[in-house]
Amino acid sequence: MTTTLPAYDEVVARWEPVIGLETHVELGTNTKMWCGCPTDFGGEPNTRVCPVCLGLPGSLPVANKAAIEATIRIGLALNCSIAEWCRFARKNYFYPDMPKNFQISQYDEPLCVDGYLDVDVNGETVRIGIERVHLEEDTGKTLHVGGATGRIHGATESLVDYNRAGIPLVEIVTKPIPGTGALAPEVARAYVTELRDVIRSLGVSDVRMEEGSLRCDVNTSLNRPGEEWGTRTETKNVNSLRSVERAVRSEMLRQASVLDAGGSITQETRHFHEDTGDTTPGRSKETATDYRYFPEPDLVPLAPDTAWVAELKAALPELPRLRRKRIQQDWGLSDLDMQSVVNAGAVELIERTVAAGATPAAARKWWLGELSRRANETGVELADVGATPEQVAELQGLVDAGRLNDKLARIVLEGVVGGEGSPTQIMTNRNLEVVSDTGALTAAVDEAIAANPDVADKIRSGKVAAAGALVGAVMKTTRGQADAKTVRELILARLGV
Amino acid sequence: MAAISREEVAHLARLSRLAVTEEELDTFAGQLDVILQSVAQVGEVAAADIPPTSHSVPLTNVLREDVVTPCLTPQEALSGAPDAEEQRFRVPRILDEDVAS
Repeated sequence: MTTTLPAYDEVVARWEPVIGLETHVELGTNTKMWCGCPTDFGGEPNTRVCPVCLGLPGSLPVANKAAIEATIRIGLALNCSIAEWCRFARKNYFYPDMPKNFQISQYDEPLCVDGYLDVDVNGETVRIGIERVHLEEDTGKTLHVGGATGRIHGATESLVDYNRAGIPLVEIVTKPIPGTGALAPEVARAYVTELRDVIRSLGVSDVRMEEGSLRCDVNTSLNRPGEEWGTRTETKNVNSLRSVERAVRSEMLRQASVLDAGGSITQETRHFHEDTGDTTPGRSKETATDYRYFPEPDLVPLAPDTAWVAELKAALPELPRLRRKRIQQDWGLSDLDMQSVVNAGAVELIERTVAAGATPAAARKWWLGELSRRANETGVELADVGATPEQVAELQGLVDAGRLNDKLARIVLEGVVGGEGSPTQIMTNRNLEVVSDTGALTAAVDEAIAANPDVADKIRSGKVAAAGALVGAVMKTTRGQADAKTVRELILARLGV
Repeated sequence: MAAISREEVAHLARLSRLAVTEEELDTFAGQLDVILQSVAQVGEVAAADIPPTSHSVPLTNVLREDVVTPCLTPQEALSGAPDAEEQRFRVPRILDEDVAS
């Protein structure tokens, strides 16, 4: 099916988008939400299960204190009010990814409500309202087998692994976000990015979208200026920051083409496809399951006392946005330079490099230069490029001590990224250290003078600029491992200039 | 008037994946109606200042520390399963259903 989509500029001139985001975050607790099974990844199927997370008769859940604390901390970081009293609820549905036939979630009494998160988009601050933050449990993994294709449509059976069932999952829901116009896709991306950074700074989850510990659903609707909000769709399967932006944009274009043709939008779930950047329809909300929520009888209510909440609030770390503003001042960066650091995902890396002894300027140079280039080439996040802040600081230390020049430092850094060891080890093992032995250098200088008597004569007669040719010759014999400035001084000294 | 209709019982049966015959629908609708009427009588007694009870014990904040406890072996975990394959529970495929969260 091919339809010609209208131009984006024309769409936002005619239509105003309202977006909303639902984000799920798997908490990094040691154990599951209701039982002591470990949450570590990569176990053989059904090796992280017990009677509680298998929903066996007679078993009873008990809430994980660390997960409750983590959720309250997320709520506080998002400027939410913390409920003085709330309950968990059963969400009933028929699908084998939960062995209990229901998921324990929260319904009309979420733990945290009514907050906001400020995000910076194109130099402007956009305040995103937070409707609620609640706690629930993750589901097991189903594998569809049988039939010819191995996909669910051809499958005859499902195989289920419950290792992930019961892992604490925090759901964060924004209020509807109107008024962002053409920037809606960027606002959506900026929000998820900021939320990820906030949660990472709290240390409660590793928030990796590619591994599914941060997942995002995007709601989008369009309305004509001044009119009521339109019917929204919910796009699922949005698994990267870039996809968040693309999904909003693609859904805006699709809805506009339907509405422009006089059609109407169906309230439905749509699936985002990473390869094409399109969405396709999933289940229609009209036939949505009736979840029959009711208060979870096996768990007593939660009533976080004010002293506990105050204690958690006092212990919150400096949040990313304030930290960025402080760092920008400390490092003396312009808004534009700071933005490039943020966009490269280098704030924390540079901060840690500075903590390890490098100057902000040197740290920024390595992370935004060589290492960013390398990360782009290999398609990995900057943090995963293969060099640590400590190694970068060590490398810069060698440069500052005159043991490496810029060119050699780049070669050593390649070695670090390639896993050859620490900068000092690589420099020593590959014999890359700047030749600082004056005896060896003097010999190389004398050799160059002897080999180029005409150049030497020119220098002696006052044409100091000609020394460049001799410096080049010395650098060649020392395989680039000499300090050019020292070599120059030595040449001039030997020739009595 | 009945507290629950025949259609509502059919809807609940579908949600619960129970195959209910036409005669059973009549029977269950009647029985459930009796139960709901009885509960409604209790509701009449409850004054506005009495909050609904969801838990019979006045307890809050029953929490456990985040400490790992032993799991079942996969053999134990799968011992009650009607069918298993590749160390996983094997079930008929379910289509057109929502997945939680």
